[in-house]
Amino acid sequence: MTSSLATVAYIGAAILFILSLGGLSNPETSRRGNLYGVVGMALAVLATIVGPRVAAAGVPWIVAALVIGGGIGLYAAKTVKMTQMPELVALMHSLVGLAACLVGFASYVDTSIQYTGVEKTIHEVEIYIGILIGAVTFSGSLIAFGKLNGKIGGKPLLLPARHWLNLAGLLVVVWFGREFINAHDVQSGMTPLIVMTVIALLFGVHMVMAIGGADMPVVVSMLNSYSGWAAAATGFMLGNDLLIVTGALVGSSGAILSYIMCNAMNRNFISVIAGGFGGGAPAAPKADGAAAEPQGEVVPVSATDTAELLRDAKSVIIVPGYGMAVAQAQHTVNEITRTLRDKGVTVRFGIHPVAGRMPGHMNVLLAEAKVPYDIVLEMDEINDDFPDTDVVMVIGANDIVNPAAQDDPTSPIAGMPVLEVWKARTSIVMKRSMASGYAGVDNPLFYKDNNRMLFGDAKKMLDEVLVALKG
Amino acid sequence: MRIGVPKEIYPGEKRVATVPDVVTKLVKLGFEVVVEQGAGALADLSDEAYVEAGATVAPNAAALWSGSDIVFKVRAPTADEVALMHEGQTLIGFLWPAQNPDLMQQLAAKKVTALSIDALPRTLSRAQKMDALTSMAGVSGYRAVVEAANAFGRFFNGQITAAGKVPPAKVFIAGAGVAGLAAIGAAASLGAIVRANDTRAEVADQVVSLGGEFVKVDYEEEGSGGGGYAKVMSEGFQAAQREMYAQQAREVDIIITTALIPGKPAPKLITAEMVQSMKPGSVIVDMAAEQGGNCELTEPGKAVVKHGVTIVGYTDLASRMARQSSTLYGTNLFRLTEELCKTKDGVINVNMQDDAIRGLTVIKDGEITWPAPPLPAAAPKPAAKPVAAAEKKSAHGHGSSGPMPVKTLAMVFGLGALAFWAIGAYAPAAFLGHFTVFVLACFIGYMVVWNVTPALHTPLMSVTNAISSIIVIGALVQILPPEAGTNGRPDQLIQWLAFAGIVLTAVNMFGGFAVTRRMLDMFRK
Repeated sequence: MTSSLATVAYIGAAILFILSLGGLSNPETSRRGNLYGVVGMALAVLATIVGPRVAAAGVPWIVAALVIGGGIGLYAAKTVKMTQMPELVALMHSLVGLAACLVGFASYVDTSIQYTGVEKTIHEVEIYIGILIGAVTFSGSLIAFGKLNGKIGGKPLLLPARHWLNLAGLLVVVWFGREFINAHDVQSGMTPLIVMTVIALLFGVHMVMAIGGADMPVVVSMLNSYSGWAAAATGFMLGNDLLIVTGALVGSSGAILSYIMCNAMNRNFISVIAGGFGGGAPAAPKADGAAAEPQGEVVPVSATDTAELLRDAKSVIIVPGYGMAVAQAQHTVNEITRTLRDKGVTVRFGIHPVAGRMPGHMNVLLAEAKVPYDIVLEMDEINDDFPDTDVVMVIGANDIVNPAAQDDPTSPIAGMPVLEVWKARTSIVMKRSMASGYAGVDNPLFYKDNNRMLFGDAKKMLDEVLVALKG
Repeated sequence: MRIGVPKEIYPGEKRVATVPDVVTKLVKLGFEVVVEQGAGALADLSDEAYVEAGATVAPNAAALWSGSDIVFKVRAPTADEVALMHEGQTLIGFLWPAQNPDLMQQLAAKKVTALSIDALPRTLSRAQKMDALTSMAGVSGYRAVVEAANAFGRFFNGQITAAGKVPPAKVFIAGAGVAGLAAIGAAASLGAIVRANDTRAEVADQVVSLGGEFVKVDYEEEGSGGGGYAKVMSEGFQAAQREMYAQQAREVDIIITTALIPGKPAPKLITAEMVQSMKPGSVIVDMAAEQGGNCELTEPGKAVVKHGVTIVGYTDLASRMARQSSTLYGTNLFRLTEELCKTKDGVINVNMQDDAIRGLTVIKDGEITWPAPPLPAAAPKPAAKPVAAAEKKSAHGHGSSGPMPVKTLAMVFGLGALAFWAIGAYAPAAFLGHFTVFVLACFIGYMVVWNVTPALHTPLMSVTNAISSIIVIGALVQILPPEAGTNGRPDQLIQWLAFAGIVLTAVNMFGGFAVTRRMLDMFRK
């Protein structure tokens, strides 16, 4: 295959990738979208293997590597539980980051093509930046994986003067970058490159450690973005347009997701990255003390009474949160939904953009439990319907249904868009205890007259509700 | 402290201010409860039941009034009852301070504290659990339908029987307040066709939700007064309203009127001619009879037949369901007691700082404190709506939420131009080609991704993740390029690095696409 043919194949692959992302605009077309992606990837890989840049003797190596990696990947994809999706995605991001680093190093030690002048500088800058982004993605994703997995605590780790630390790190990286570019041969350039890599790894760890559990959707989508930029940087380094296009697609996709997530929390990107908010760490002390304390009393309710309320309702909205994922309660939720729908009750789901630990997390869980996606609605679609709703069931969510975001300008989450569940005739909040949410803010919803609390593990309680509903 | 519950002495009043179930709860709060002998008899509540619940029984009114610190009443006390009161006592009940100025003076002279349950600030959501007006109105509305059904000679629901077809009764309800809504629900559940009207347009949804049909007056005017009541309407509106009522009177079998305007006689909605125009055997239940009635021919306290139409003007509808209304009223008073006794030690504290209690308290230690100052208007909603709106825009409007201010825009463009100039001035041509591709690809990605539905954000992430394993190409071209072996290239090292890179990305590639497929397969209608 000539190099022109390979290039044309790359263009085809790029188009297929764009179609693949476009296909996700609708669940109907999404399966085809995924297929486009697979075809595009196969096309790109094959064109490269049979293309002019790979000698025939290299093919066995490639096949072996693909078989090993592919086997691991397919096995992981098959066995992962849907509640573990955020972890898996984070882990996969780290692989891309690591691969970018390896390719960067390999490219640097490759002396077969000699660059001179500005080209050399640009090439080296590309290598430097590629490895930098790759390393940050790698270590950041690993930490995110650990946090999502529960291996590392969700609380933000706040080192003293952490912003200065980051700034110092950046300056060191820039200084070593200069050293690196001025280096005459590979040996003398290696030291600054390795030092930078270590700093980048530490930076990735530090950055994600400082971010709390509730901000994880932003982190995961941000790392997604980084893995794209790492691919794009590699593309520049190797002068490969397909890598650049694909990297840019992935990079902007992740950036947009981060933006949407930040909007959904009414916080700006910088403040999330700067960290220290989530994790319920320092519950912001109220300036005006007792005045803002929620008034009223908490009315607990039993599973049987909950079933009674649901049975008598004409329309029900279920608002799931991370608690549902933790308790693995999505199948029971679907059973309840089916039972209620059979009885003629309108059941819908209201999904807040940051519910869960990853963009779209709740949708995936509900889809896994076979909840029809046309009754799963976004916040904007459903918020106006709460006043006409008889019963709202909030399952393991807190901050996303907190009326203080609208009513209390002093609240740390003031201005965050929330699901207005308190406007329904009755709301039932399922929670393990009265503990406050990740934002560390007390929730006045619990004290409202039309609110009932169903305490206990979501799965266990929902099972009881289901039994009572069927009985 | 000891709570006393006397027997109501108003003629025909069957209700009582507490029931055994509530007595148990009051005792738990730390109070002693004394009930006058036979207080609950007319509500089918025996003295034994009270005793079993933890109350003691006082043989007569004098003993009860003198021995209690707090007195729960339903109706306002008579002069005789006031005479039995002593200084420092607290009285809770329907006192209607505006209608009973003499009573207020007498109570003040006795140096007591009086809480009038009808003076509750009803707009406080916290106060709803104490809102006895609402619970009594609910009972009355239900009872009005029962009275109408009793006086009406036909089924409410339509039936097709072997003996022929029965059309459903048509019920018109004037005023969709609490009583009206209860009446709508009751009549609809009996199977009647229910229509309702209210000057406040916002209740239309509530009418529909209970199974009624909202009849509009063909005239534009908003009729919400303060505190959940309606206000007096303009002449033009009233004419249009009369016409609508006249038409309804000709069509329907039963009319239930609940229209009240606070501090004024009830509006006369149903004229004598309208009554004449109704079918013989029709029924009118006038729930506003005590305030003069909504129908011109109503005789308060009685059911009369005029022009072949039964006009029910009972003023004691709630009392006619004494057991139910006593239970609800008793619970309302219990909720109030809870508010008064936050410490749960059986001692009440009339906290004038509390908006709800301040509103209720009409006399404090002999000093008339009625009317309470108006509540501060409900705090205006902070700017939550614009935020939501902005987000809506940004979610579907390709990112930018509204045009940027010119200054920012100029700055962004300025910086952009500077960066582009720098790149153009120094970068070689080969780089520029790639750079063009890069910038354009960013824009395409931006446009495409905004169209992704939020429900698919997780699959989007996993598919982009799979796609980002395109980085494998970087490794592929390094594993054994044609230049291998030239220029002192460390082939072995590069080959192993590239091999590791391919393994890593292959995990990602296969795993990513497979898991995305698995997820997408779940999204079924």
